[in-house]
Amino acid sequence: MGDRDSIYGFAAVGLEVIPAEEDAAAGRKLRDLADGGYAVIYITERLYKFLEADIAEYQEFVLPAIIPIPGASGSSGMGVEMVKKSVERAVGSDILFGNEKGGG
Amino acid sequence: MAKKQVNPTRMELTAQKRKLITAVRGHKLLKDKRDELMRQFLILVRENMSLRLEMERGLAGAAANFILARAVIPSPVLDTGLLLANQEVGLEAGQKNIMGVLTPVFQFNLRNPDGAGSYSYGLSFTTGDLDIAVKSLADVLPVMLRLAEAEKGCQLMAAEIEKTRRRVNALEYTVIPEMRETIKYITMKLDENERSNQIRLMKVKDMMLEQAHHYEEKAWRER
Repeated sequence: MGDRDSIYGFAAVGLEVIPAEEDAAAGRKLRDLADGGYAVIYITERLYKFLEADIAEYQEFVLPAIIPIPGASGSSGMGVEMVKKSVERAVGSDILFGNEKGGG
Repeated sequence: MAKKQVNPTRMELTAQKRKLITAVRGHKLLKDKRDELMRQFLILVRENMSLRLEMERGLAGAAANFILARAVIPSPVLDTGLLLANQEVGLEAGQKNIMGVLTPVFQFNLRNPDGAGSYSYGLSFTTGDLDIAVKSLADVLPVMLRLAEAEKGCQLMAAEIEKTRRRVNALEYTVIPEMRETIKYITMKLDENERSNQIRLMKVKDMMLEQAHHYEEKAWRER
């Protein structure tokens, strides 16, 4: 899921592509996907940020896995940030990647 | 420390002692669970991080390739070419139980696993740039799927660890000390009652002896 420019390539490798802009319809689309039996939903970082509240609802379920991917505009380091956040949540502080530079 | 209001009785004392044993045992078990979860989590999260970095590098490369392709090939040709996918990713989702945390396991199968004929467009109207772009994206795909598994697993485990840690801490720093306090309070109260009872009995005995034998009177007379 994401803006067209970021995701059209994935159609060629066999993923289903759902173009979505940052508006109210995006949240609805995400819900349709999540409740519609999709196990993995890749979503561009920009849209992920926009839909954060909706995504948080699915966080505690085993499925679907909603995974942010960098869009056409490049990585904002948000994905790495999220990994760090889960370390912080579990350990109490970021002991693993604290001194490494994020981004990729 | 704020103490719970309890009846200082023997029955209550036994109940509290039993509760304390359960709490201590639960604490130990939870602590073990937390340690093991943490160990598993650290393994998983390291994998998660390296996969994510790999994916982001791969996607950045693929995006650059697509921009190149887009520059060369007219947009309608490109769009129709990419719309008709020859390849299809089937996904089977299972669950794995890591220390009581259900994490997803994905198994994916490509319709064309060998990649033969995986380009969905005619080669006559497109350039090699597009082939390279699609290829680079196809290469990242397995990483993306593994990442989905690892990342979701990490999130779920992080939540579980947090929960367990809170429980361990609550037991260690609140519940167990409170129980010890209560037990101490009951014991002291019972001892106190015991002593006062003893004294009362001694006093009564003195009084009864006095009544029976009139010691004091005799002592006074002998003087």
